Amino acid sequence: MKYGFYPGCSLHGTGIEYGMSTTVVAKKLDINLVEIPDWNCCGASSAHNTDPLLAKALPARNLALAEQYGLNDIAIPCAACYQRLKMSELAVQKEETREEISEIIEMNLKGKARARSILEVFSNDLSEERIREEVVKPLTGLKVACYYGCLLVKPPEVAIDSTEHPLMMDRIITTLGGTPVEWDYKTECCGGALSLTRVDAAVMMTAKILHYAKLAGADCIATPCPLCTSNLDMRQKAAEKALGISINLPVYYFTELMGTAFGIAPNELGLDKHFVEAKSLLQNISAPAGQ
Amino acid sequence: MGSIQLSNTVPDSDEFRALLKKEYESDLSLCYQCGKCSAGCPAAFAMENTVRQIIRMVQLGLTKEALTTYSIWVCASCETCSTRCPRHVEPAKVMEALRIEAKKAGLVADKRADLFNDLFLQSVSNHGRLHEVGLIMRYNLLSGQWFKDAMLAPSMMMQGKLKVLPESIKNKEAVAKIFKNVQKKRGGQK
Amino acid sequence: MKRIGVFVCHCGTNIANTVHCDQVAEVAKDFPGVVYSCDYKYMCAEPGQQLIQDAVREHNLDGYVVAACSPRMHEPTFRKCAERAGLNPYMIEQVNIREQCSWVHADKEKGTEKSIDLLRMAVAKARKNEPLSSSTIPVTKRALVIGAGIAGIQTAIDIADNGFQVTLLDREHSIGGRMAQVDKTFPTLDCSACILTPKMVEAAQHPNIEMVTYAEVTAVDGFVGNFDVTIRKKARYVDFDKCTGCGACQEKCPKKVSSEFEMGLGPRKAIYVPFPQAVPNKPVIDAEHCRYLLDGKCGVCKKICPTEAVDYEQKDEVIVERYGSIVVATGFDQFDISKYEEYGAGRYPDVITGLHLERLMNASGPTAGKIKRPSDGKVPEKIVFIKCVGSRDEAKGRPYCSKACCMYVAKHATLIKEKMPQSKSYIFYMDVRTGGKSYEEFYKRTQEQYDGQYIRGRVSKIFQVGDKLIVRGEDSLIGRPVEIEADLVVLAAGMEPRADAVALARTLGISYDQHGWYTEAHPKLQPIETHTAGIYLAGVCQGPKDIPESVAQASAAAVKATGLLSKGELTSEAMIAECNEAVCAGCGLCISVCPYKAIEKKKVSERVHGQMKERVVAVVNPGLCQGCGACTVNCPSSAMNINGFTNEQILAEVDALCQR
Repeated sequence: MKYGFYPGCSLHGTGIEYGMSTTVVAKKLDINLVEIPDWNCCGASSAHNTDPLLAKALPARNLALAEQYGLNDIAIPCAACYQRLKMSELAVQKEETREEISEIIEMNLKGKARARSILEVFSNDLSEERIREEVVKPLTGLKVACYYGCLLVKPPEVAIDSTEHPLMMDRIITTLGGTPVEWDYKTECCGGALSLTRVDAAVMMTAKILHYAKLAGADCIATPCPLCTSNLDMRQKAAEKALGISINLPVYYFTELMGTAFGIAPNELGLDKHFVEAKSLLQNISAPAGQ
Repeated sequence: MGSIQLSNTVPDSDEFRALLKKEYESDLSLCYQCGKCSAGCPAAFAMENTVRQIIRMVQLGLTKEALTTYSIWVCASCETCSTRCPRHVEPAKVMEALRIEAKKAGLVADKRADLFNDLFLQSVSNHGRLHEVGLIMRYNLLSGQWFKDAMLAPSMMMQGKLKVLPESIKNKEAVAKIFKNVQKKRGGQK
Repeated sequence: MKRIGVFVCHCGTNIANTVHCDQVAEVAKDFPGVVYSCDYKYMCAEPGQQLIQDAVREHNLDGYVVAACSPRMHEPTFRKCAERAGLNPYMIEQVNIREQCSWVHADKEKGTEKSIDLLRMAVAKARKNEPLSSSTIPVTKRALVIGAGIAGIQTAIDIADNGFQVTLLDREHSIGGRMAQVDKTFPTLDCSACILTPKMVEAAQHPNIEMVTYAEVTAVDGFVGNFDVTIRKKARYVDFDKCTGCGACQEKCPKKVSSEFEMGLGPRKAIYVPFPQAVPNKPVIDAEHCRYLLDGKCGVCKKICPTEAVDYEQKDEVIVERYGSIVVATGFDQFDISKYEEYGAGRYPDVITGLHLERLMNASGPTAGKIKRPSDGKVPEKIVFIKCVGSRDEAKGRPYCSKACCMYVAKHATLIKEKMPQSKSYIFYMDVRTGGKSYEEFYKRTQEQYDGQYIRGRVSKIFQVGDKLIVRGEDSLIGRPVEIEADLVVLAAGMEPRADAVALARTLGISYDQHGWYTEAHPKLQPIETHTAGIYLAGVCQGPKDIPESVAQASAAAVKATGLLSKGELTSEAMIAECNEAVCAGCGLCISVCPYKAIEKKKVSERVHGQMKERVVAVVNPGLCQGCGACTVNCPSSAMNINGFTNEQILAEVDALCQR
């Protein structure tokens, strides 16, 4: 299976471990991710807060590049990038918009490229059996709060799963032998967009999510989004202070958990690159298969 | 508190609502003020006016009040409101429209958010991609928060998460051109 | 050549504002065949009609054209006017220059031009009009009522009391419908069963009512006065002639099934009577769950039955019955709350609907009338009601108001406080709509005497923490987000059409709106009739209603139905199809397209070259034909014509338009 790959800026920086784990896990599952040559930034919320045209045009250049290289299925790990590319993809289905955007990016856009989240690719294009085949260290006993954030499921037109109660990641965790916990903060916003401009608000929003994950009895949180992860992980200390309680929940990219269950070495997955210490929980839990 | 002179404010603001409808596909006449947006808003606690109230301001013609409220900059664009809105008003889109219009009118209440967006786009326009370190450093410097998150920096550096030098794409001009073309289009429209 | 008159109506300013009526009348004078033309302010008014009649006599008119409103509005008026003037009523034409011209155009010059064109066509057609007459058909003096909820029961009783035979049909085992599930009724709070069951018994025992339960309508043929209805009676596996209703089978049956009547809150058996007051009060076997019918094991009910009434061999029975009129009273489904994922509806057992609460409050319900939460049986203290769930919500596909919820929520809050004085009800609303006699007063009492806390705003999210449900809304009056830790959440789920409402509409040939509610013939003046003659509507199947409204509409439908049945015969349509046997090739295409089964084949003998030959041609039954025209457009040899709308007349109209 071959896909265009759009890592996005975060995976080259703060979300480096998401990129590392996605790459090795995909390889293990025989998914061929071909990085879109010379891709550019999707513009994120700054673009759509500034100009609706710019918000469509910046991702559209990547869609056009993907089309040029015959990579019509674009797998995107970052939830924010996914939403921006998907919005642009949907907008350019309208001929009028497609022509306008083609003019702006000075490239011929056919509207054929499809933006897809890597979570949805793993969930829909692979059978549960295929994933199970690779599991050598099942996550037995690991209670995981699957946190989807906003951008993969909202607004409804871009949603890869239920906007209120998604289950895609939960199913993967189950396949890996882990136990997803039942909780209701799966798609509440972590305040990622406010992470730098309104740290106080972002910390409060993050704190609520961490609090409810803890109440649900989770050992850790799994996410498909670098913005969420950096908030939940990097700002966990601040959140603990705001809540006045200890949280101590490692925050993993779901691909890191997949990789762990597949028996990939922690450092290859980037497990050493977390703020809340993340290696020991998985070391303790992952017992060799058959035990 | 003086009365709002609705016989003036409402007709005087027809144009602004028409603009929202045309440019942003936001039809505020659809809103029946149920408050489901504000009730589910995860950032509402940090807002002085709820999303519903801001929409009401625009409905009643208190345009300037709506554009200058700090609340529109606290909106995190999580789209929860748009997802749950029973009337397809898409409040998140309205908030976004108000931010853009506030900027156009020079009425931005949250200068930091504005600065952040500008610096972000500058970085993208210059390199084709975002340079996180550059953005954060310039943002902290220019917004007068010199030591914000400085505690986090050393460990991030160790983890390889902070790249000191910007990463540029080959065809930087193509991205810069997009910015120019959008600007040209906007200029042409005026 | 026929002498035609033209009468142009102003309709006050309705037409005259956008059409120069005088000019139209003037131009018409030059149309071929027109010997008199004038305009007048109100042609339908008495002086206008007199003007027409005088002109007919004075100018010796053979026919006339009125340019006015829609024929739907006044064609009967102008036909009667023609009759009074001594003309055959089918010698006139009405051309619509109001709905199809003045109301939809703004430009007066263009409106005038269009009116002239429309009139020119009508005159060309009128010149080819021939006198027509109608025939009569007998009426079957018997009515069918589909659905035996309160609306259907009331309709059946009223028709029967008027001396006509009625079949009252329901697909469930018992009559009673939704009202049987309800505990108490607003605004008087009398017990629903106490007022409903006497009516159920009355219907069952009425000499003029035949009760057919556990049965469905599968096909409807024929037409007003004579509908041939195919009914499938589902196998009950119990011989009702032998069964005494002793209940022993129900007691001993080992198979427990979740009870539909109890909204899944309690069990029933595989052989069961749905509720204690059911009519008929005899059990049926649910074939989907019966162990014997599924895998041949068990058979306990048969063994225990003292009258040998259990019969596993019973099969569905299909019958065809003829009825003069049909009343549809099929009711509603409750909105499926699981579409509100943000409320955890369908995931949390303690997020329930109004009908669930009715069962929890009912003395014969699963909790014997004690309100306990479904999850753990705990008595709830803080109860949150959320209105407009599946109502006034376009995003969930239900933009309309369900009308009864504001009142039933007030009723619930009142009853809960009465049952549990320590409890507290919080009611989220967007508007409180309590139009209706003594309704607003009831709402006031809910706040004043029963401590109902009304909060204006729509709830955004419900989630569970421990054994509490956190309800998050905005109080839009104070403009701040609010949260309530609730023990039980009751969603005022709206009404929606039955899942198979559209299928039944197609079977009956009646129209329905975008949601599936059946459409009345006129929203104000014909709220009971459908567009299909002889079929009437009662109750919620036409749109959300409460009990008083449903009962009122039911009695109205009974009057309409008996009005039809009391006629010995019906005048058939005059503008019906006729076959020109000389050119009919006997291909039979018309027979296959006729929706009313009004065309048959017949043999005719004719002399060809001195020899008698037999040939097949089509023949139209004037009692069945409704003049829809499907046969005429399909006829390859143009042998079929609609009288009053012949091919020749239509071509004359086209010619008139093209040759102007």
